[in-house]
Amino acid sequence: MTSAAETDLRRTPLFERHRAAGAKLVEFAGWELPVQYAGIREEHLAVRRAAGVFDVSHMGQIHTRGPQAQALLQRVLSNDVRRIPEGGAQYALMCREDGGVLEDLFTYRLGECEYLTVTNAANHERDLAWLLAQAGEFDADVIDRRAEFAMLAVQGPGARELVRSLADGALPARMHCCERAVVGAPMLVCGTGYTGEDGVELLLDPEAAAAVWDALLAHGATPAGLGARDTLRLEACFHLYGNDLSEDRGPIEAGLGWCCKEETGFIGAEAVAAKRSEGPAERLAAFVIDGRGIARAGNPILGGGVVTSGSYSPCLEHGIGMAYLPAAQAEPQTRIEIDVRGVTRAAVVKRKPLYRKGS
Amino acid sequence: MAQASYPEDLLYHVEHDWARVEGAQATFGITWYAQDALGEVVYFDPPSVGTEVAKDQPYTEVESVKAVSDVFAPLSGEIVAVNEGLAEHPETINEDPYGEGWLVKVKLSDPSEAQTLMDAPSYQEGLE
Repeated sequence: MTSAAETDLRRTPLFERHRAAGAKLVEFAGWELPVQYAGIREEHLAVRRAAGVFDVSHMGQIHTRGPQAQALLQRVLSNDVRRIPEGGAQYALMCREDGGVLEDLFTYRLGECEYLTVTNAANHERDLAWLLAQAGEFDADVIDRRAEFAMLAVQGPGARELVRSLADGALPARMHCCERAVVGAPMLVCGTGYTGEDGVELLLDPEAAAAVWDALLAHGATPAGLGARDTLRLEACFHLYGNDLSEDRGPIEAGLGWCCKEETGFIGAEAVAAKRSEGPAERLAAFVIDGRGIARAGNPILGGGVVTSGSYSPCLEHGIGMAYLPAAQAEPQTRIEIDVRGVTRAAVVKRKPLYRKGS
Repeated sequence: MAQASYPEDLLYHVEHDWARVEGAQATFGITWYAQDALGEVVYFDPPSVGTEVAKDQPYTEVESVKAVSDVFAPLSGEIVAVNEGLAEHPETINEDPYGEGWLVKVKLSDPSEAQTLMDAPSYQEGLE
């Protein structure tokens, strides 16, 4: 029963909209944000069946530009940045030398020598400092853009059509981005998201955010809060930094070897290559609880391992989660037991994702 | 139940529980505020009939999508009935927290403890 303190918390440009809509507001990473409006389950299902809109203005943006912007990002990001076309998007990790994960993020290529990277709210300052610390030897500028963007995620099978009907042109394909005006407001429209559904993310001037939000709601988008964002991403088995990703574990353990291209020589590449070749001692696996009960982050697995995300799945109508398990236990269909506050709950490891679009 | 309500005929505990005292027996449940703060309840595992509960101590849990929460006994006694219907329909706790969403009935070991509970106006004052 968390309630947000009135002081010291950042507020998005839509704070008054959330309050007027009767949202429950909670503290998250130093921000006062809506956790739910009508209810997590209802918002979750609205995104799965139609379209929901999330205010994710707490996320940060870092602009990297200059002749060696690509070389700098190639050094800092785990994926092959050269493969991002202009108007393209790419998911990557940022690692320490020892492979510990500092951040997971999307990078959009805005021009030949220009990139915008979206950070997690809790990590933004650290990410910025890390990038600046590496930037010295490169001819590139690293600029904090967090204050200049509001960010809305419109997600669900009806999301694209809804946004397109308000836009001045076609929307970018999945994993692409382009400049568009939506209800007259210029913005960067990105074919990305965090729900396992199709949809777009909108990066726009904070001054224009309320009018765009109002238009999206007027055209049928359901306002959705952080609660539904978490259950949606967990069904899709997307990682949450701070839960499923941390400095204590590497990309291979997290099942993110696919976005690590060691041949690029990124910071941490040697550690990742070594782990990939020797095989990790533990792996992040998805599970579904057999009967009733919900495992939560921190619950231990009998015989070793720990739950890093756990919640209730409105689509599967069961407790679900992700856990780091000894590698031998992490295969689909393996039966595991979880200590949920002193009660042993049986669960089964499942292939990721737990929910697939359109199923 | 969309609107907050705190019936006048109930007694309230600071941990957001209510008791409907009828002689030496009482019915317990959680308040509108508690169910609203939790959000949609998805699991309620009723405790067993015969279990002793102690005033101010947790005696069961309700679990919503986002969190699990202890439920505190507003008064002491022995559980004589549990709301079996909640296992299948835990959302009843949200829909009707003071009626069909009751949790347990308790034979009170010390009915005078009821004097320490709040009436509806005092409880509501504490919420503000």
